Amino acid sequence: MILVIEQLLNGLQYGVMLFLMAAGLTLIFGIMGVINLAHGALYMVGAFVGTWVATETGSFWLGLPAALVAAMVTGVVVEALVVRRLYARDHLDQVLATFALILIFNQLVVLIFGRQPVFTPMPELFSGSLEILPGLFYPMYRLLIIATGLVVAIGLYLLINRTRVGMLVRAGATNRDMVRALGVDIRLLYTLVFGLGALLAGLAGYMTGPILSVQVGMGEQILLATFVVVVIGGLGSVKGALVAGLGLGIVDTMLRAFLPTLLLHFMEPSDAQAVGVGVSAMGIYLLMAIVLLFRPKGLFPAEG
Amino acid sequence: MSAILQIEGLVKRFGGLTATDHVTLDVREGEIHALIGPNGAGKSTLINQLCGELVSDEGTIRLAGTDVTQRPETDRIGMGLGRTFQIASLLQESTVRENVGLAVQAHVGHNMRLFDRRMARRDVWTEADAMIAESGLHGRGDTLVSDLSHGEKKQLELIMALAGNPRLLLLDEPMAGLGQFESQRMIEQLGALRGKFSMLLVEHDMDAVYALADRISVLVYGRVIMTGTAEEIRESAEVREAYLGAEEDV
Repeated sequence: MILVIEQLLNGLQYGVMLFLMAAGLTLIFGIMGVINLAHGALYMVGAFVGTWVATETGSFWLGLPAALVAAMVTGVVVEALVVRRLYARDHLDQVLATFALILIFNQLVVLIFGRQPVFTPMPELFSGSLEILPGLFYPMYRLLIIATGLVVAIGLYLLINRTRVGMLVRAGATNRDMVRALGVDIRLLYTLVFGLGALLAGLAGYMTGPILSVQVGMGEQILLATFVVVVIGGLGSVKGALVAGLGLGIVDTMLRAFLPTLLLHFMEPSDAQAVGVGVSAMGIYLLMAIVLLFRPKGLFPAEG
Repeated sequence: MSAILQIEGLVKRFGGLTATDHVTLDVREGEIHALIGPNGAGKSTLINQLCGELVSDEGTIRLAGTDVTQRPETDRIGMGLGRTFQIASLLQESTVRENVGLAVQAHVGHNMRLFDRRMARRDVWTEADAMIAESGLHGRGDTLVSDLSHGEKKQLELIMALAGNPRLLLLDEPMAGLGQFESQRMIEQLGALRGKFSMLLVEHDMDAVYALADRISVLVYGRVIMTGTAEEIRESAEVREAYLGAEEDV
């Protein structure tokens, strides 16, 4: 039972990471109609810059604002220089251009930081474990990630539902023409949304640093799962990103942790291992196929 | 009467196709000016040029005397341009009140400000409620837009366009898809706005055009072939020939 709860928490933590990535991506896709493959590059930029500052200063907490600012500024510059020219283009052009950005960012990171993976120093305050249930010690840093995700989710909810600019963001996600016709500076709205999405990606990248290695190409590893979250949650829906992110994080983690063992009851150990690992890797895509079968626009699509 | 909108020699080309070909017309203060023409005549292109969605290749657009030809859409709307769409453009899963509130707040101060003063926010909803109460959607503020009839959606779009207190309204086929009763109601509503707002009305429904328009311009193959009163347009052989065919009544 303890193992199940521990894996549930691991799934929750992975889900929070997916949510932080997907929240920005779904807004960018939903509002601006841009498929931004470079979103993973912003995650990487946040991780590298934050880690560099944290290493130089010896403080995890000084690295945090550096990661957020670096990712956001990079996002705003990318939007102004490249993405802004893609709004009127078709999705293939967007995919090609943002894929080129991935290659450019990867090479820039190699030039600046080198090829060697680096690790973000763990904040001392959260370096230990907490006994959350009798006999269940769970790393405090992972709990911090979960708490951060929940705080961001609440903050985004308030931003989108309780502020003036949030009202425009919601409107932009469902009906761009109307928002433009009302005289809203849609370019500024796009830049704000892109910057916000980049900031969240940078936060996710930096928070990952102490538990995974920070390395070139790290963004691509999480990007595919992030797109699955966006599709399952519904384009343009932050609520969908939260539900799908947490759901996918838990499903993916539980499958990887328990499926090979479960299959041992039905097949030879070597087969169980091979099938278990294979099906686990496919798990989130199978889940996406099932969801789309019943909800073709995802769980909570932004209705136009 | 001075002109709120002056268009001179406006041209838009798409490759080898000239969609609007040296269009010249004006809309006077308080006037309802109808723009008619067969499908493909260039009406929608002209509306998009006027809004700033399309960049014109030649010509000038003056709004209240100011040259806005190179100005972006946001500036033009800020200077008093309002519009409605052929297909009502609304937030379907929000209420009537939320849609009107969005339109009101978009025109109050700087719309990218993160927070409002509490007073300002209350004013937004008070104004939105007042606009709904004065309209044909009275009592339907809490209804979801997706539950409105097509005619009601068109009315809502008109209310939202009026929220910005525009000096010039561009109405893109407000009667499209409406039944006889709904069309009549829309004609009455637009008629009630006569004199308060200047309007450029793009419309296929000739009954509506004749009922509402002070002047009519006829656009054929991107060119304005005639501008005149309803009577002059009706009697023009040139319009009959070019627009509907010689044997049909305009």
